Amino acid sequence: MSTNAAAAVQIEGLTIAYQAAGGSTLAVRGLSLRVERGETFGLVGESGCGKSTAALALLGYLAPGAHRIAGAVRLLGEDILQASPERLRALRGPGVAMVHQDPVGALNPVLTLGEQLLETLRCHRPQEYAGMRAELLQMLGRVALPEPASFLARYPHQASGGQLQRIAIAMALLARPRVLVLDEPTTGLDVTVEAEVAQLVADLARDFDMAVIYISHNLGLIRRVCGRIGVMYAGELVEQGLAATVFGAPAHPYTMALLACLPQIAPGQPPARLATIAGRVPKLDKEPDGCSYAPRCAFVRDQVCVDSGAIVMAPVAAEHAARCARLGMLHQAAPDHSAVAVDRTVGALRLSLQSVWKRYATAGGLLARLGRQGALATPAAAEVSFDVRAGEIVALVGESGSGKSTLARLVAGLEQVTSGQVLVDAVDVGGLRPRQRSDQQLAAVQLVFQNPDRTLNPSHRVGRILARALRRGGRIDERSMRDRVSALLSQVQLPPETATQWPHALSGGQRQRVAIARALAGKPQLVLADEPVSALDVSVQGAIINLLLDVRDNTGAAILFISHDLALVHAIADRVVVLRRGKVMEAGSRAAVFAPPYHPYTRTLLAAAGAAKDVSHVLEPAPPGLPPGGCLHVDKCRQRIGPICWQQTPPEREVAPGHRITCHRATAELMDVP
Amino acid sequence: MTGFLAQRLLQYILTLIAGSFAVFVATEFSPGTVSSKILGPYAVQSQVDSLSARLRLDDPLIERYGRWLTTLAGLTDNPMAAKEVGLGLSDPRGTRYVGNLGFSLMLKEPVIDVLADRIGYTILLTVCSIALIVPIAFGIGVWCGLKAGSLLDRVLSTLMAVLTALPEFAFAVGLTLVFVIWLGWLPGTSMMLPGDKWGMVSQLVMPTAVLVVASATYVARIVRASVVETRKRPFVRAAELKGLPPRVVVVQHVLRNALIAPVTVILLQVNWLLTGVVVVESIFAYPGVGSLLLQAALFGDIYLVQALTLMALTVAVGTQFLGDLCYMALDPRIRVA
Amino acid sequence: MLRGVGERPLAATGATILLLWACIALAAPWIAPYDPLALDFSGAINHAPSAKHWLGTDSLGRDLLSRIIFGARTLFAVVPLAVGSAFVVGIALGAIAAYSGGLIDQVVSRASDVMLAFPALIIYVILLTSLGPSLINIVIAVTLAYAPGVGRLARGQVLAIKELDYVKAAQARGDHPLSIIVFEILPNARGPLVVDLSLRAGYTVILTGTLGFLGLGLPPPTPDWGAMVVENTQLLSSHWHMAVVPCLAIVSVVVACNFLADGLRD
Repeated sequence: MSTNAAAAVQIEGLTIAYQAAGGSTLAVRGLSLRVERGETFGLVGESGCGKSTAALALLGYLAPGAHRIAGAVRLLGEDILQASPERLRALRGPGVAMVHQDPVGALNPVLTLGEQLLETLRCHRPQEYAGMRAELLQMLGRVALPEPASFLARYPHQASGGQLQRIAIAMALLARPRVLVLDEPTTGLDVTVEAEVAQLVADLARDFDMAVIYISHNLGLIRRVCGRIGVMYAGELVEQGLAATVFGAPAHPYTMALLACLPQIAPGQPPARLATIAGRVPKLDKEPDGCSYAPRCAFVRDQVCVDSGAIVMAPVAAEHAARCARLGMLHQAAPDHSAVAVDRTVGALRLSLQSVWKRYATAGGLLARLGRQGALATPAAAEVSFDVRAGEIVALVGESGSGKSTLARLVAGLEQVTSGQVLVDAVDVGGLRPRQRSDQQLAAVQLVFQNPDRTLNPSHRVGRILARALRRGGRIDERSMRDRVSALLSQVQLPPETATQWPHALSGGQRQRVAIARALAGKPQLVLADEPVSALDVSVQGAIINLLLDVRDNTGAAILFISHDLALVHAIADRVVVLRRGKVMEAGSRAAVFAPPYHPYTRTLLAAAGAAKDVSHVLEPAPPGLPPGGCLHVDKCRQRIGPICWQQTPPEREVAPGHRITCHRATAELMDVP
Repeated sequence: MTGFLAQRLLQYILTLIAGSFAVFVATEFSPGTVSSKILGPYAVQSQVDSLSARLRLDDPLIERYGRWLTTLAGLTDNPMAAKEVGLGLSDPRGTRYVGNLGFSLMLKEPVIDVLADRIGYTILLTVCSIALIVPIAFGIGVWCGLKAGSLLDRVLSTLMAVLTALPEFAFAVGLTLVFVIWLGWLPGTSMMLPGDKWGMVSQLVMPTAVLVVASATYVARIVRASVVETRKRPFVRAAELKGLPPRVVVVQHVLRNALIAPVTVILLQVNWLLTGVVVVESIFAYPGVGSLLLQAALFGDIYLVQALTLMALTVAVGTQFLGDLCYMALDPRIRVA
Repeated sequence: MLRGVGERPLAATGATILLLWACIALAAPWIAPYDPLALDFSGAINHAPSAKHWLGTDSLGRDLLSRIIFGARTLFAVVPLAVGSAFVVGIALGAIAAYSGGLIDQVVSRASDVMLAFPALIIYVILLTSLGPSLINIVIAVTLAYAPGVGRLARGQVLAIKELDYVKAAQARGDHPLSIIVFEILPNARGPLVVDLSLRAGYTVILTGTLGFLGLGLPPPTPDWGAMVVENTQLLSSHWHMAVVPCLAIVSVVVACNFLADGLRD
């Protein structure tokens, strides 16, 4: 690596602090990294590690209240943080461009997509005005946007998240930047779309010879897309090196712990508890004396790690460095996922869905309804049937629009079925609202929601939230209530003092625990967990999952676990149901679903997670949209047979005892691809 | 889109009907009140009763309302002009025509003539006011919004806060004190009589000034708040990070989004102007429909009050509809599915 | 939110001014030097401020200072009652309409649209001429005029909060809808509603002043700041303070309300 040639991006000792009401916080501390053209560098870290602040600094932007204390951000040698406003405008675009996390929020809702693309061109490459439209269409084609011409006249609200993100990438590339920064570009997108976009970025980096900095908390994605990575913790880089090396032989305890928390899909591995990292990311107002990770480190030695002065980045091997005082002295213990006793008795039938349908009438005012005679849209749930038994974890897997949340709401009574039965303990409650159900039926089924920010009433203290849930079980006096609340909190491993706290004072993980405690108040026999950990950091996810497993083991409750994360599902589920657009595509035991024969959709999901090979032969182009009466996966299916796929509903076949697949293809054709 | 518009139009028509019915009920709910208002305070009870009978005021409210509607539409006669009722009211257009709103009890003339006399003045006042309010409010609002937090913004915002707190009459009193009594530059009343020593324009200044100040400060604050809010939205930062020149960011990204809501507010201000107009016209004796409404209400002139209220309702509903149209034109999320 | 008042100088100023006037209103009978209704036939009419009458007397010989002090009392009797009643009705209607949805929501919303189409002053003019001016009628008129606007605001808030997970959790528990509205939803809808309350309180002060000015307010001889302005406008050229002082009093209260609203909003 020649030190004379200026790298495309070089961050030298960058330190940024935020000034807030309570004092100042160091968001980035002494960050140093270097990326060459044609390289894709992954910046990895959890929430609060400072990666977003660093990303914005790369564009010369400091949020209001932030100021640089030290260091520089050099693009081809020039420090962008020192640039005058005119120079800044000249650099942004051709020098460095950014793709933001939320594509919808990053676009102007009142301008067409074409206009917004055009303004970038007009600003940075005005001399090519004549051929602008052609240039736009060509770029949109490069980002694999189908039918690019139709998008130019559309507004942002008329495109999906995945399409908008491709357009955002195209917009960034139009100015031919030397550096491209992507800040969590695929968060919030479906798994399959995520994988496509990530691959796209990797290809474009190569083709356009750009230095790409890819910021994410999704370790699996980073591993597949980036050549070199850096791991951030509490505002500094704790490890840096080639992706293969860092992932294969991590040197820093944080990296090791983080990787251990990641559930992996390894065939033959039994369900197990997940690893977590206890504690919270510190908010530092000054440089700590010693290692910032020491409070949570599994290998900490006081004399060396604490009160020992700043710890520097030291080389571990070629192209691999880590910031640890005990480098080379760490024995990584074999990951101890306490293997669960496999012979758990599966008990009585707790929940049974039988041919459940849910249709919504189209929205619209009075006139609309009069005009169209209440036309019906695609059903949210179509002939869904599956069972859940006591002591069992059944996972509902699907992407957005698959109907998995609808099914949870149907079971809980927040919505009513259009037809079919929802049997809870053999009683059909599918048509009953919660107010119409008996107390027993209500107590039997409890929900845990996804978003920890919205799941607790911000105007109530924790104690009151739990008391309100307990009160449904009958009148309870003051003294007993306090005891019951404390008991619930200890069930979710929270100290009794939590009862006096307000939700906003708790971390995301703690709030989810309270939410689980609230669900447990009714002593449920079935817990519906709707993406309970999707909004949490990887290091915290494990704690919540293990808690749910404890609930199952201690109370014998059944758990219906809804998720889009296949690795997570593989870690804990006993049986899996795969949903697509409201229909069950495949259902069976965990081992059966994660091994061939695969339904084509399951195969795509697994391929996106890196656990199966995807096919790519498609015999005929599909007609646009979804024709009624055919298979609901037909437009994206990679294993279509022919017209039968979009004319006839595929049959549900039992390919092995307890394993069903809904497809026209014969079982033999769905086996693994050589 | 057309479905949306048609639906709103239907709503507004229903609103007009319901509103006019509500007014009808409020003013005419007891037949005795109506008759005694017509005959005046010195009428004898027997006269009141006989008039009630002749005007068929004992019929149920719905029927009377129906008759009022049909008279307005020119389908039936106005009973009050009939000779046998003996009130001596006559209408040069006859007793049956479209737009027959009855007779003013106070002025003993057909309502529609009374309105025609005075509405021109109110329109003049309103137009002059709006012509000033829009540029002033948007100008100050946008400027303060873009420079939020600066010294001038703080000064202007505080000034506006104080001015919005002023009731119109207080401001009128203050202006009168300064410009009429101390400086003598402007007339104290604006009766708009021909041959007056003060010209038309100077008579308009005070009423317009009061309306403009009261309204413009309110709208300016809304515009400012919208601009400040929009600047915080992520796409504005994204536009800056694209390296776009500041003029483009401000005009295309900030203002095009920030001004959507205030435009509809301006239209609703027309509605408020009607209220302010009543006060201002009364203070300055300006011969518009606002002061007419007050006089009519204090006198108890039911038919004039009904007619004026119907007019106000129509303006209110009309401006709301205009607001919907504007919103659709400006915000593509509503215009295109 | 009350903590917020202490931290913001603007809101604190507004609250202080309001508190001051409230105290004056409460202590009126003890601090006013004269009976506000007492006519002084000794000829002390239209006096300029003097040692005996700090703000002078009006054309009927009544002490202006006392009338201002008692005017505060009138204001604090009318405004909180009127605005309070409007808010209770408005929030109840808006919350119930938003939570129930469907037909109830349609009916309430349409009725609100009709009421909102009436310019506010017209409602008052009609009602007060049909029913006559009195405290109760002013309260009714203000409630009719404000409740739809407040209801719309409350409805918007409730609709948004209704979709949040903690409300769904309560629904899934089978909690009673009224319990959910009152305990789960409304406490979180406080913010914009409190700001709106402060603003409308200010408008109502202006309104009572205007009504008094137009002759539609409480009947004389009740001390009413707006009526005092109109009574004394004829004397603008000679004793202008007599019209200006009540104006300033009104302005101070309204500005205080607006400052409070602005401070709470941020």
